[in-house]
Amino acid sequence: MVKNLTDKDFVKETSTGVTLTDFWATWCPPCRMQGPIIEQLDKEIGDKVKITKMDVDANQKTPMTFGIMSIPTLIIKKDGQVVDKLVGLHSKDQLKTVLAQYTN
Amino acid sequence: MRKYDVVVIGAGPGGMTAALYAARANLNVAMLDRGIYGGQMNNTDDIENYPGFTTIKGPELGEKMYQGTVKAGVNFVYGDVQNVTVDDQQMKHIQTDSDELVASAVIIATGSNNRKLGVPGEEKFSGKGVSYCAVCDGSFFKGKNVTVVGGGDSAISEGLYLANVTDGVNVIHRRDQLRAQKVLQNRAFDNDKIDFTWNTSVTEILGDENHVTGVKIHNNQVGDDTTLDTDGVFVYVGNFPNSQIFNNLNITDQAGWIITNDQMETTIPGIYAIGDVRQKQLRQITTAVGDGGIAGQNAFEYFEAIKHRQTVKD
Ligand SMILES: Cc1cc2nc3c(=O)[nH]c(=O)nc-3n(C[C@H](O)[C@H](O)[C@H](O)COP(=O)(O)OP(=O)(O)OC[C@H]3O[C@@H](n4cnc5c(N)ncnc54)[C@H](O)[C@@H]3O)c2cc1C
Repeated sequence: MVKNLTDKDFVKETSTGVTLTDFWATWCPPCRMQGPIIEQLDKEIGDKVKITKMDVDANQKTPMTFGIMSIPTLIIKKDGQVVDKLVGLHSKDQLKTVLAQYTN
Repeated sequence: MRKYDVVVIGAGPGGMTAALYAARANLNVAMLDRGIYGGQMNNTDDIENYPGFTTIKGPELGEKMYQGTVKAGVNFVYGDVQNVTVDDQQMKHIQTDSDELVASAVIIATGSNNRKLGVPGEEKFSGKGVSYCAVCDGSFFKGKNVTVVGGGDSAISEGLYLANVTDGVNVIHRRDQLRAQKVLQNRAFDNDKIDFTWNTSVTEILGDENHVTGVKIHNNQVGDDTTLDTDGVFVYVGNFPNSQIFNNLNITDQAGWIITNDQMETTIPGIYAIGDVRQKQLRQITTAVGDGGIAGQNAFEYFEAIKHRQTVKD
């Protein structure tokens, strides 16, 4: 299961290595499509990338710092720095391709 | 490689109905989708023109349709279809991003996607105020003013949705009247949170570092250019068919809509197309469902015919 982050633990949980966080909400249909893709990706990618998610209804501070106005948005960090921001539904293959740039 | 009698590509209302009919005819059916079942219904708030429900939420109708396919024995398979080829035994090979499926018949139900405006600023501010899904992003605009571009059913129904969650909605339309259904039009005209800017096209989306601040517009009648302040732009300017992956089959018209006869047959035996991806006049849930029933039944008859031919040959 992909871990749900909160405003409290986001920075800590995404401070080392390559991380991907899926910003989502229950009422957002494409997010419901992104969810299973992220779960699948998590299983396939193993330890190379830490996959997490954040519910934007329960947590407003983090989405605001990233200027998120559309979901799903996927934020990729490397060693605590934001390296990519993907807006909209992305397929597993698209995500793997993007992530490969940062893991190799 | 997995083998099925029928593979349905796309699990929107069209695909789910086709799969239901084929499965109830005792065929072994796979229904493929690259996302969750439900298709465009997932991006729709209230549906008021699907018989049997005075009003129902899009995702809820999707869920109900899906339950029906499960009960009938349809296998829901996750996969992003890359292409379909036909071998010399007339078997269809469906290549997904992770797998290959083989079937006697294929029903294409991949629907359509929203068209972009194609103006400067649209790409740059996508996700920073430019949106194609009111149900997804509307709540980021609480207490703000937004613009809707378009004049069809989607533009107006989503405009009405946005009027509920934002402070005000300005609908910019390039003609002097709407294309949307009369019921929706009247509701929008009666809503004092919705304004209209007629005979006008959006030519650029403006913003600062982080988000949209306005739009540049051109009045097609007077010919002048002005700017309007706005916090968000929701684009509903039509659709294009999800048919590029079938280019090798040569079954579409110039614009990419798949051509069928009224039996949903394409020019390739055993390949059917239904719903929004098909060349037709009215793209709705009811018509997708109608197409689906016809294709599901015809796929069954096609399967029986080739089975019979094979037994005679053997
Ligand atoms: C905002 C909005 C509001 C609407 N409101 C109404 C309404 O009130 N009433 C009404 O009747 N209609 C409404 N419609 C129209 C209605 O949603 C469509 O006509 C209907 O969903 C079409 O069904 P379909 O099965 O043809 O395709 P879709 O619903 O588009 O489903 C296609 C499916 O195919 C999948 N797919 C596409 N390509 C691939 C691929 N390569 N591999 C795997 N899967 C793929 C997609 O993921 C999708 O799930 C609305 C549409 C929109 C956008």
